[in-house]
Amino acid sequence: MKPSQREDRYQHHDYFQVDELLSEDHLMARQVVRDWVKKEVSPIIEDYANRAACPTHLFKGLAEIGAFGPSLPVEYGGGGMDEIAYGVIMQELERGDSGVRSMASVQGSLVMYPIYSYGSEEQKRKYLPKLGTGEFIGCFGLTEPDHGSDPAGMTTRIKDAGDHYILNGAKMWITNSPLADLAVVWAKDEENTVRGMIVEKGNPGFSAPEIHGKWSLRASITGELVFEDVKVPKSQVLPGVKGMKGPLSCLSKARYGIAWGAIGAALDCYDTALRYSKERKQFGRPIGQFQLTQKKLAEMITEITKAQLLTWRLGVLANQKKASPAQISMAKRNNVHMALTVAREARQILGGMGITNEYPIMRHMMNLETVLTYEGTHDIHLLITGMDVTGLNAFSG
Amino acid sequence: MKILVCISVTPDTTSRVSFKNDNREYNPDGVQFILNPYDEWYALVKALEIREKSGGSVTVIHAGPVQHEPMIRKALAIGADEAIRIDVRPDSSHAAALQIAAAVKDQAFDLILTGKETIDYQGAELGAMLAEWLALPFVPFASKLDLEGSRAIIERDIEGGVQVLEVQLPAVVSGAKGLAEQRIPNMKGIMAAKSKPLSVRDGVPGEDLILPAGFTLPPPKQGVRMVAPEDMDQLVRILHEEARVL
Repeated sequence: MKPSQREDRYQHHDYFQVDELLSEDHLMARQVVRDWVKKEVSPIIEDYANRAACPTHLFKGLAEIGAFGPSLPVEYGGGGMDEIAYGVIMQELERGDSGVRSMASVQGSLVMYPIYSYGSEEQKRKYLPKLGTGEFIGCFGLTEPDHGSDPAGMTTRIKDAGDHYILNGAKMWITNSPLADLAVVWAKDEENTVRGMIVEKGNPGFSAPEIHGKWSLRASITGELVFEDVKVPKSQVLPGVKGMKGPLSCLSKARYGIAWGAIGAALDCYDTALRYSKERKQFGRPIGQFQLTQKKLAEMITEITKAQLLTWRLGVLANQKKASPAQISMAKRNNVHMALTVAREARQILGGMGITNEYPIMRHMMNLETVLTYEGTHDIHLLITGMDVTGLNAFSG
Repeated sequence: MKILVCISVTPDTTSRVSFKNDNREYNPDGVQFILNPYDEWYALVKALEIREKSGGSVTVIHAGPVQHEPMIRKALAIGADEAIRIDVRPDSSHAAALQIAAAVKDQAFDLILTGKETIDYQGAELGAMLAEWLALPFVPFASKLDLEGSRAIIERDIEGGVQVLEVQLPAVVSGAKGLAEQRIPNMKGIMAAKSKPLSVRDGVPGEDLILPAGFTLPPPKQGVRMVAPEDMDQLVRILHEEARVL
């Protein structure tokens, strides 16, 4: 490991004093994660991303600060915090790297959340505390090679075999899968109903090969899940949910975190570009003095500020259990696209330096291409908003 | 073991430094304040380690305004059991020590820890003044501390080696690097801190014997100066006369 020589000089930007809308707990949670990211993530992340290696040692640290399921109850391994606290934690993690945020959102929103919401008491007691401490790493199997935006078309199936099911099929683009101890897998039963189940590593017929060659989320490990006649005891099926509501509710939770997270990536790019524009001189003056640079910076902070306000309101609604999936879609879509635009503009301000790993911008930009697509693509979220406002479904008929 | 940890608040190291009131007063506007790292990383964590090993309680005390309460909550989130805030704005270590001594003189703490200094004024005086007012022994700059019954065995880094001291408790000890490892609070700690007691008490009257008369900022950083490779005499002259490193 070659630590970066570049000091992480990040400072938060809050143009509309949104911090005044946050509680002392939110601010402290944010500071804790910011300190942790500066200490543990920033010095090593460029090197890991460069080598396309996952900094697996960070799982322990993420667990120690309480980044896994912070809004779940303490008795089940969570942090007992509210949804805004969860949001600010995701924002600070993604300020460091979208891959590190993904490590935490999968564990919390896609693994702990469905077990907490739909699991039996026995399943909750068995898995949640160990997932909370990072002793178990989990992953979430929904997307398939032939079913991405259309997950309901999945072909992974379970067949009743007495006291257990036989699971067959394959899942694709699964964050954390090659190193996960367990997978929350969604498959259709013989009545074509989608069921969720916890499949442990080491089950004969279950493998999780790694996907190589990503130009994005390079510090996060991604793989497949392959099931060949895997015996899944019936006690491993999540009893509390049937149908697509199960996986979709998990995705809402994760998308909510991404809406917050993307602002973190945008803030890091803006902060880097703003500082650079004051230090870099051309034609005898700082480039921040030129109108075209100011236009870029002014538009960046305007869009970041709008996203901060939108997302704060989404957080309030989430705390009141009133945030609709369509509202979450709008925030995820808007914020990720905003972050990608900010990254591209920030890259231009840094000129040639912007493409090197001396600065975080290009890494964020490449990461955000994934974030734009995963957990519901940019276009699908647009159609969710379209369906919500017209009442007409663009996906069928 | 009943332990008291004195915590102070300092500007974050990335803060821009400016002054007001004719350069007589530090300007806190727009400044992000943090717990003084020597108090947080070493004194507080050492106190928590002692409690975890031998039982007892850890109280943190701070002399400062209500705006500093988030930093006090952070000390509770890291693991202190309770907190006291003295509602004053001390202008010097002398004033802070006077207030803390008055607040704790009847509370029979076995050990009082503080950081070796604050990272802003670097006075390194509070521990000594507090010990004087409480009539306790004082050991500054501890880099290791072990308890043996009612005594503490303390190591101090000194020029060229290590000094080992033995002190009868109760005592005041200031902590330096090495005394403990920084702990980052976690979400459970933040939530638990909300229900831990934070009591506020008024300050006692006391005259400030030392008052700031003025501050000056260092001269602005000079740009890089290039010296031609053949002009070594010039380089030596600059290093000797201007930079004064030779």
